[in-house]
Amino acid sequence: MPMPDKTTDLTGAIALIPDAASIMVGGFGVPGTPFCLIEELVRQGQKNLTIIKNDSNEAGMGVDWLLQSGQVKKLITSHIGLNPNAVRLMNEGLIEVEFVAQGILAERIRVAGAGLMGFVTDIGMGTPLAEGKQRVIFEGKEGILEPALKADFALVHADTADPFGNLTFNATARNFNPLIAMAARCTIAEAERVVPLGKIDPGHVQTPAPFVDHVVALPDLPEVYGIVER
Amino acid sequence: MALLNAKERMLRRAAKDIEAGMTVNLGIGLPTQVMTYVSKDLPVCLHSENGIAGVGALVTKDKADRNLIDAGGAYISPVPGASYFDSAVSFALVRSGRLDLTLLGAFEVAANGDLANWIIPGRFAAGVGGAIELAQKARKVGVITTHTDKHGNPKILERCTLPLTAINCVDRIYTDMAVCDITSEGLILKEIAEGVSVEDVVNATGADLTIPGAPLPTF
Repeated sequence: MPMPDKTTDLTGAIALIPDAASIMVGGFGVPGTPFCLIEELVRQGQKNLTIIKNDSNEAGMGVDWLLQSGQVKKLITSHIGLNPNAVRLMNEGLIEVEFVAQGILAERIRVAGAGLMGFVTDIGMGTPLAEGKQRVIFEGKEGILEPALKADFALVHADTADPFGNLTFNATARNFNPLIAMAARCTIAEAERVVPLGKIDPGHVQTPAPFVDHVVALPDLPEVYGIVER
Repeated sequence: MALLNAKERMLRRAAKDIEAGMTVNLGIGLPTQVMTYVSKDLPVCLHSENGIAGVGALVTKDKADRNLIDAGGAYISPVPGASYFDSAVSFALVRSGRLDLTLLGAFEVAANGDLANWIIPGRFAAGVGGAIELAQKARKVGVITTHTDKHGNPKILERCTLPLTAINCVDRIYTDMAVCDITSEGLILKEIAEGVSVEDVVNATGADLTIPGAPLPTF
């Protein structure tokens, strides 16, 4: 019984995304950011997007392309400090930005991917980040109810994929990628290498294929994936 | 050895509190520079919240791995025994108390241990990153900061004026002038920088400071 083949072309995969979609994007800085998927999203021009990503990359890279082309309505993120363009758009009211503590962002996504509704935490208690959030008394202590965070699409960058969608990640390029892969209705993974079924040791798979809907094989990597010269 | 300036002595002093066996997270900026003063032979596990336990030396661009950075974006090497993990696992490690020590920067720190280090309303609001969880959940929290801001105003206050990162979380403050501990009895002067008087420290501090009777160690 062969496993299904989910390989598809870049254009067709991104064409699945409609206007006003919510999209999770992998990456922490450059490592793990799916630049080719983002670039194609810019080329196709879907509008009013909600982007969920740890950071907004640096000016001139990745998510910043979507910001510059005016496709983003809202950004849910942990920080945007390395991208002055994102800070300016926020300050001018041209995009809405929701800041979430980094580990709470990761956990809200993880919990959505685990099919749960939310979790209770004391992170942020006594600070402005707790204001307006639902409080819960749990085992005698007060906590905050953090809702699961899911999305319509996840754009993932993997090191290696097989055609079924089993994925592995490289070093700190893992970050949010395996989490978002589980939390979206439709997960699109770009991979630096697509190898035949069976070539990834089943014990070394980091994202199991049932979470992945489409696999896009990358051509030779564009320069943007390389070492950042600051 | 060349004479160290006040900042270098502050970093060297903070480095002395990194002990064998610890798992440590160093915040972006000044705290990361503490590593310069930690012995290469000391068995310590450095965590970076982007997904590595076992951060090694910085590497030059020509030797860098494009997939391997620390949370500040610097290209690093892994030490033997390092591990990589996703962001949920990374903060599970933080929140569950596996970090023995974190050293963080500060805009303001209060005598009750409150820390403000992520937002200056109207001037700087780029997001909190991982600071809340580090400050709230590391077993020991040290702050590394200049004693006063660039206008000479104290950064150690009775109460913070800026929005807080976390409440009652800071255990020790390392500055260019002094080392102070935050205890249930309040703010206590523990050590003093060479060439600085107790009076200088008191004048530069915006909170009540308990001065022990015995002569203070210098650093």
